[in-house]
Amino acid sequence: MGALTSTPAPIEHADLSEKTGFSHRQIMVLHKRFKHLSDGDDVLRREDFLGIPSLKYNPIRKEIIEAFFNRRNFSPSRQGRANEIGFEEFLVVLSYFRPPCSKMTDEQRKNIRREKLKFIFNMHDADGDGLITLEDYKHVVEELLSRSGALGKETSRAIADAAMFEVARTVGHTDRDEFYEGITFEHFLKLLSNFDIESRMNIRFLKSNMIPGCTVG
Amino acid sequence: MFSRMAPRGRSGLGRSLAELGLLLLAILVLLDGTVLSLVAAISSESDTHEAKPVTHKNTSKKSFPVLGIKYDDVSVPFEIALWVLLASLMKLGFHLIPRLSNVVPESCLLISVGLLVGGILKLARDEVPPVLSDRIFFLCLLPPIILDAGYFLPIRPFVENIGTILMFAVVGTLWNAFFVGGLIYAVCQIAQDQYSDIDLSTIGILPCLLFGSIISAVDPVAVLAVFEEIHINELLHILVFGESLLNDAVTVVLYHLFEEFMDSGSVSAVDAILGLVSFLVVALGGVLVGAFYGILAAFTSRFTSHTRVIEPLFVFLYSYMAYLSAEVFHLSGIMSLIACGAVMRPYVEANISHKSHTTIKYFLKMWSSVSETLIFIFLGVATVEGEHHWDWIFLTSTVILCLVARIIGVVGLTFIINKFRIVKLTTKDQFIIAYGGLRGAIAFSLGFILHSEHKRIFLTAIITIIFFTVFVQGMTIKPLVELLAVKKKNEAKRSINEEIHTRFLDHLLTGIEDICGHYGHHHWKNKLNRFNKKYVKKILIAGDRSKEPHLIAFYHKLEMKNAIQMVESGGGSKLNSSFPSTVSMQNIQPKIQSPPSARPSERVLPQLTKGREEEIRQILRTNLQKTRQRLQSYNRHTLVVDPDEEGFDDLFLKKRRRMELDWKLKQMTNYLSVPRPQGSPTMSRARIASDSQAYVKPGAENVPTIQIDLASPQSPDSVRLLDEVVQDQGLTMSLPSSSRGAYKTSGKDDGRDQQTLLRCLSDPGPDPDDDDDEDYDDDEPVPT
Repeated sequence: MGALTSTPAPIEHADLSEKTGFSHRQIMVLHKRFKHLSDGDDVLRREDFLGIPSLKYNPIRKEIIEAFFNRRNFSPSRQGRANEIGFEEFLVVLSYFRPPCSKMTDEQRKNIRREKLKFIFNMHDADGDGLITLEDYKHVVEELLSRSGALGKETSRAIADAAMFEVARTVGHTDRDEFYEGITFEHFLKLLSNFDIESRMNIRFLKSNMIPGCTVG
Repeated sequence: MFSRMAPRGRSGLGRSLAELGLLLLAILVLLDGTVLSLVAAISSESDTHEAKPVTHKNTSKKSFPVLGIKYDDVSVPFEIALWVLLASLMKLGFHLIPRLSNVVPESCLLISVGLLVGGILKLARDEVPPVLSDRIFFLCLLPPIILDAGYFLPIRPFVENIGTILMFAVVGTLWNAFFVGGLIYAVCQIAQDQYSDIDLSTIGILPCLLFGSIISAVDPVAVLAVFEEIHINELLHILVFGESLLNDAVTVVLYHLFEEFMDSGSVSAVDAILGLVSFLVVALGGVLVGAFYGILAAFTSRFTSHTRVIEPLFVFLYSYMAYLSAEVFHLSGIMSLIACGAVMRPYVEANISHKSHTTIKYFLKMWSSVSETLIFIFLGVATVEGEHHWDWIFLTSTVILCLVARIIGVVGLTFIINKFRIVKLTTKDQFIIAYGGLRGAIAFSLGFILHSEHKRIFLTAIITIIFFTVFVQGMTIKPLVELLAVKKKNEAKRSINEEIHTRFLDHLLTGIEDICGHYGHHHWKNKLNRFNKKYVKKILIAGDRSKEPHLIAFYHKLEMKNAIQMVESGGGSKLNSSFPSTVSMQNIQPKIQSPPSARPSERVLPQLTKGREEEIRQILRTNLQKTRQRLQSYNRHTLVVDPDEEGFDDLFLKKRRRMELDWKLKQMTNYLSVPRPQGSPTMSRARIASDSQAYVKPGAENVPTIQIDLASPQSPDSVRLLDEVVQDQGLTMSLPSSSRGAYKTSGKDDGRDQQTLLRCLSDPGPDPDDDDDEDYDDDEPVPT
């Protein structure tokens, strides 16, 4: 195990804080956690995640772990997957789960919503081509039902079908050809337009009275 | 703005006649009541006259009484029935007058009617029946309403906001009680009203505090009555409503506390601490009692599979017992009832039959509706009865203090709460919460059983507050909600995508919490769910149903609802619901990504044969070079030759298809995507519940029939042939009748419709483990 590397200098912290919107204290706590998960290393690998005990009951753990290594989540322009991530990427992925600020303009709220939904979209889209095919969706449903044994497999097919049908209804019959390939991100947005994800997809990172700064970017 | 104009004209005339008729009926009922009471008075005299001759039977023989009046024996049930009838007729009447019910909330109308009736009765009889005795209220009228609320409590938003709700309920009510009580005492001491015949300064601090504690509690009945009509968004609704339910514990404790203090005359520090302890005991004890009875009910319902008829009875009885048991120990009966309903619901619903479920739902709604109506009417009647003590200073200051206390309380608490909430409460929210703090009949009943010497003045003040909140606040809250553009309830149907994503988010957030090493409430919720699934469900739910996950249950419910809707909508051939749950879309895909083995796209549903072919043709025509290759694969049942070849024999094909269809039906293989889940309660409800409307027998060839395929098509009845061709009516299933030419080259539009249609329909891809693939083997001859 050896000596643990020292915590990043405060300057880096300030950088990260700006970029991800976490407060200094939160970054320090998360850095400690990062070190704990990576066994003192500077990078995290997939195997490190498997060591978390309570995660193994989670039906979608594979997707969650993948999400940390999906380059598209680090910045919109990048593609592909990484095999190991550093602390910065760890923070960026976790920043998707930051609670929103209390005062937001509508524009900001829409942006946050887009970002969070894009994160989920990336999780569903296994092959990274920007479309959720029926197979992808079916896979998601199967995972969710994977705890119920054989029951899940056939029903999940039906549920995925019903869900896709709803997509068709929501999107309208206009884009016929597109529908063949799968759900695009725009469709996905429209589909979940009633779903208030910006207030649901949040984790309280610290039980402190530090309300994270309103850096929306 | 918010009233919809009733359509004038003939229907308007008809409706106004109906209104008149109903009002006449109501008045008749009223008069009946008074007349009969008079008759009762008379008959009691005549009864005594009747009695005398009996003793002198041997001396004089009376003629046999053909017709007599004997009202006394049935007077009590008779009057009760009459009251309930009156209440129901009133409720009926209001809804026939839409203009009125849009402006004035029902509760106000009912109180007004109560006033009217009370006035009439007072004039007619000169003594008013003691109608709203607190015993009737607390034992008979209140429980149905609370049970209805508790059984159908939306658990998820309630638990998500439990912290906020508890803050408002406990701290808010305490603040209200002490603020109002203390300041009214101050006002009493200061006020020197020469016109008042009672010296306000004689009212001690303890009676004032008692008074404060009575009127500080937000009333669930009133809140329900008003909020139901304004359709406000779920968060605000659950906040105010949850507060009104949970503050019962506080009210009970404070009430008993101050009463004890008043009797004993002095307060010590020990007493105050004991009061605090008793609060915890009352609240938690009530919840535990309720949970205990709830678990009993769930356990009992596990064994009722052979006696379905009395299932609803268990639910009602156990809940009522929970309420009464809590009342025995001076615990909070309301909290006990809520806990009982909320705890037993998931397990009971998994165990009972569909009909019992409907029965429970409708009985609860019916009782609670009648109870609510009666409460408001009695409130009006009781106002007329008894002398009131009008002390303007006391009354106005009470009203003002209540309002001020509420506003300050809400604003102050929100300030603190917002520090801990993710979704902050805006000023608009705060206003609605403050404004929605209505007082109601519970306060009145508590005041009614006071033993104080100042009971009269307190009661008057309580009634004033109730009237003020219900009339003024109740009537104006709707326009205010519109004015402030508060978010309304999301009336859209819950879609399956949202449900999937709700589940998905749950797991995602739990996972992220685990990764962060942070034991947040998702973590604990997950733990609770796992515990529930592993142990509790096995005990409390019968059979295999314990394994059915929530998502599947939701999905089946949705399917069933859609199917029923479809049938009820006139049985048109238009399918606008998630029909193709029975079919999957997998073989539409091969258009772009053609799988190397063309097998996935081979399976064709019998009833899709023709349409499918059309679609395939379109695909084929657009991908010419793949045509030959595709042909081999689409060969299965129908296309034995290259479809591009003209001169095909229609008849042969038709015949062949018919034969295949017959064969398929005989086989009844599980070609649809979902096998029946073992013992899924929702699906078994569907089967039992289907009043054979869902399954339409196939008629003659030309009779349009609908096929409704629920996700579990086990019964052969569930497959029918569609004989009607539908064009351009959205997504429909169509199997052209055989009278139509088999292979007329459909035009582009026709094909496109078919494409639209079939875009979302497909047959399931072959399950790799599925044996059914053998049936579709090319080599196997179709048996004739």
